[in-house]
Amino acid sequence: MKKTTKAIWNVGLIAALLILLFLLEQVLPSSSMLFMVLKKGAIYALVAVSMNLLNGFTGLFSLGQAGFMLLGAYTYAILTIPVESRASVYQYFDGGIVQFSIPVPLALIAGGIVAAVFAFLIGLPVLRLKSDYLAIATLGFAEIIRAVFQWDKLGPLTNGSNLLRNFPTFNSVLYPFIVAGICIGLIVLLINSTYGRAFKAIRDDEIAAEAMGINLAHHKQLAFVISSFFAGVSGGLLAMYQTTIQASMFRSSMTYEILLIVVIGGIGSITGSCIGSFLFIACSEWWLRFLDNSNLYIGDFHLTFMRPGFRKVVFSIIIMAIVLFYRKGIMGDREFSIEAVQKFFRKRFKKKQTVEGGSSHE
Amino acid sequence: MEWITKNLPYLMAGISVGGQYALIAIGYTMVYGILRLINFAHGDIFMVAGLIMVYAVTVMPMPLAIVLVIAATVALGFFVERAAYKPLRSAPRMSVMISAIGVSYLLQNLALYITGGLSQQYPAIPWLSDTVTILGATTKRVTLVTPVLTVALVVVLVLLIKYTKIGMAMRAASRDFETSQLMGIKLNSVISMTFVIGSFLAAIGSMLYFTNYTGVTPTAGAMPGLKAFVAAVFGGIGSIPGAVIGAFIIGICENIIKGLGWTTFSDAFTFALLIVILIAKPTGLFGEKAIDKV
Repeated sequence: MKKTTKAIWNVGLIAALLILLFLLEQVLPSSSMLFMVLKKGAIYALVAVSMNLLNGFTGLFSLGQAGFMLLGAYTYAILTIPVESRASVYQYFDGGIVQFSIPVPLALIAGGIVAAVFAFLIGLPVLRLKSDYLAIATLGFAEIIRAVFQWDKLGPLTNGSNLLRNFPTFNSVLYPFIVAGICIGLIVLLINSTYGRAFKAIRDDEIAAEAMGINLAHHKQLAFVISSFFAGVSGGLLAMYQTTIQASMFRSSMTYEILLIVVIGGIGSITGSCIGSFLFIACSEWWLRFLDNSNLYIGDFHLTFMRPGFRKVVFSIIIMAIVLFYRKGIMGDREFSIEAVQKFFRKRFKKKQTVEGGSSHE
Repeated sequence: MEWITKNLPYLMAGISVGGQYALIAIGYTMVYGILRLINFAHGDIFMVAGLIMVYAVTVMPMPLAIVLVIAATVALGFFVERAAYKPLRSAPRMSVMISAIGVSYLLQNLALYITGGLSQQYPAIPWLSDTVTILGATTKRVTLVTPVLTVALVVVLVLLIKYTKIGMAMRAASRDFETSQLMGIKLNSVISMTFVIGSFLAAIGSMLYFTNYTGVTPTAGAMPGLKAFVAAVFGGIGSIPGAVIGAFIIGICENIIKGLGWTTFSDAFTFALLIVILIAKPTGLFGEKAIDKV
């Protein structure tokens, strides 16, 4: 397939998706679970892709995602709460010290930048570490950030351990899709550039990559900062989705969830992370919800083991099964594209032809 | 003298918590020594041990419950290794670590399901939870018992590793996985034994730890688990005395920080210490220097 036709296909697909979402919003009531899943799924897709950029493409096993999301979410919230409602939000801190607010898109970018700056600073020492030491150091860093943001002395800025609220949010499901879509698009462009190839070289063999003239420290730092930038943006989006935020939300279990999404989708596959994220959110929040119903009967038999929480148990067993028996995830390290789908069907079709026609040579 | 009576409770609490971290940290450090795996599920096994105790005392007398907790925790550790780590023996290290995170997620959700998310009241173990007074500071007896018991268990463990056949096999396996296999060491049973010892110590640790705190929640194991791991890294991962010393240092520092009124930062301090150690001396206090061969 030619490059232009491929581009047209992709643009067409994205347009079709957006139109479909728009139509769905007109037809279905806005309280539908579907929209909840789609909104949260889009946000998690962005952070999963940003984590995949590190874990899947650069081979840096980082578990700091929740910390960077926290930075993004707080920056967004602090910068956008309208001046008139600051007094009520920061009621224990005399209205806080920030007495201005900036437009939403700028605040999202600012969230990303703050996360990126912190990533740069923490990356200087931490990125020298190898595999699991890096993982535990970044995890520790996320915990430190969480503790610092709950500190009373920083109250005028962060509102201590109280909720931040009243900042602008979104209603339409299109909003997170467009923002996350643009960000994921940028990551894809990065991965397909020379930098992306350098990242993959580092992942496959650090020593060989260094011998080929790739500056390890520089590229690792770059991947770490960029990944954190997008994690920060997704943190801002998450704040918009949740409508209130609190530092205690961003526990390490959040990072684990994102990591599991990346694994389910396939480490090293962008589309895999997106698909994995929607499946993960849909399963954990929606599709398995019937398992929490404690009044379920089969005939006369009361299924007493079904009660709130059972859904999560079933869900984690499914995840364990994927981790153990289906290690490559849904997509492995391949990407979903029109070309691949066409190839897949053509191959099937051809096979049939050869069987029917005896031996055919091409 | 006044200073001592004022700060003694924190120091004692620190030594006690340090001992409890040490018991957990040994599980991390031994598993890491052999499998090069951060066993993220270890903290949750510790939490499950606490929960088993909560439920066991409702149906049986205390001594029996203690035995059951130890047996069930050991069985759980053994089972987790067989079910979740053994099938991935030849997989990349990251897969095993992800599997460990999966197990941790499963155990936490299972605990959430069983407890209904409520904090469960930990039973008072007679004698251990009695109140005693030393130098004007009141504390539970467990605070005094912990360091003694910890040191005793560690001495036994070190002797076990130094002088028994299985201990020798463990040392061989942690030195060189493949060669030890060629020498006829049954690797699977050595690894299982490591998990059994780790879980046994975690079970004891949980009894001591939860006696000091009131409740067991499904996420109660996560933080002590991480801190114990930090202790293991601090002391030099793979080294048992290192893990114990690291755990005591972390426990004491943490409680001194609490005593200074910086409670918010007691967790953050532990991780800051970890990052500093990893950067300054990645092999920890007693770790051996690893050489990367190209």
